[in-house]
Amino acid sequence: MSVDAIETKSKEYIRPMPANWWMTKKTYVSFIVRELTCIFVGGYALFLLVLAARLEEPEAFAAWLNSPLLIILQIVALPMVLYHSITWINLTPKVMVVWRGEERVSPLVIAGANYVAWAILSIAIFYLVCI
Amino acid sequence: MAASESAQSAATITLEVFRYRPGQDDEPTFQRYDVPYQEDWVVLDALNHVKDHIDGTLTYRWSCRMGVCGSCGMMVNGDPKLTCAAFLRDYYPDAIRIEPLNYFPVIRDLVINMDDFLDKMSEVKTWLIPKEEKPVSEGEYLQTPAELAHYKQFSMCINCMLCYAACPVYGQHPNFIGPAAIALAQRYNLDSRDGAADDRADAIFSHEGIWECTFVGDCTRVCPKKVDPAGAIQQAKVEATKDWFRSVLVPWGNK
Repeated sequence: MSVDAIETKSKEYIRPMPANWWMTKKTYVSFIVRELTCIFVGGYALFLLVLAARLEEPEAFAAWLNSPLLIILQIVALPMVLYHSITWINLTPKVMVVWRGEERVSPLVIAGANYVAWAILSIAIFYLVCI
Repeated sequence: MAASESAQSAATITLEVFRYRPGQDDEPTFQRYDVPYQEDWVVLDALNHVKDHIDGTLTYRWSCRMGVCGSCGMMVNGDPKLTCAAFLRDYYPDAIRIEPLNYFPVIRDLVINMDDFLDKMSEVKTWLIPKEEKPVSEGEYLQTPAELAHYKQFSMCINCMLCYAACPVYGQHPNFIGPAAIALAQRYNLDSRDGAADDRADAIFSHEGIWECTFVGDCTRVCPKKVDPAGAIQQAKVEATKDWFRSVLVPWGNK
């Protein structure tokens, strides 16, 4: 009988993952907060779609825009969308890798370029809509 | 000098150590050990003191003591750390809680079963597979410094598994290929001498591969070698997406 053939395995202990795992670390909490802000990003997008659908009817458009419930939605959604956008842009240097010879382009330049593009687009839309 | 030395040796720090003895315990327990507090000691020094002077039954892994071998990873106050690089002075005078790396099965005390990680490394083929084999007489596979730069960061991985212990996705879905294995797949995929990216694609671009990752990013925070596995995974997602668009838009082109 070969000694190698005997497999000895003792009972291993598997630790259960607690339901509140996401509260155990700062990085986990900020991840979950970021995930939850999507609901408001999506909610605000829906709000804009309904608004766009009412472009032809000025009264319905104004009623939708001025209803108290939707004003509250916008007040709540603004910081959520800002948090989502800022954390999104801050993560772009991890995803976008640009090489200049043997050096990677600095994360500050990549995130900075995204902020600049964000500002330019926002200003362009502002002019399109308001002027 | 002498006075401060004796004052220092009189001070102690408490370790709360996870104990699990298979066949003896059904549930793990925490055991407290008071060890001398030395400003230049790391958690591993304190564990070695326990093993040598207080309780020889305590079981844990370690080897190099200098952050190279990747053996001594444990949870220190809930955070995955190389215990050879976690100084007591950063926790003193509070007690330090030491547990085995999260999400892995515990064999005994602080020793985890790493078979799953090793299986994933071989699934992903974390080794160099040259584009074309050539005989030694034809010389080396040459590479420029710029080509080296493309994968060097990912090659710093020491397989310590701290990133797995930081990853809640791995905790909930043990089939997830995981941070280090994907970062290492990228390390070889980005190597100009390697030609096996297609062989790795099934494991990496699958649902259990990169698409399981939700970008929590804690793997990158805990990595002692600044490998940035979270970045590696997102970059692989971009590559996979580009491949998909290419195959849809240019189906006749072979990639």
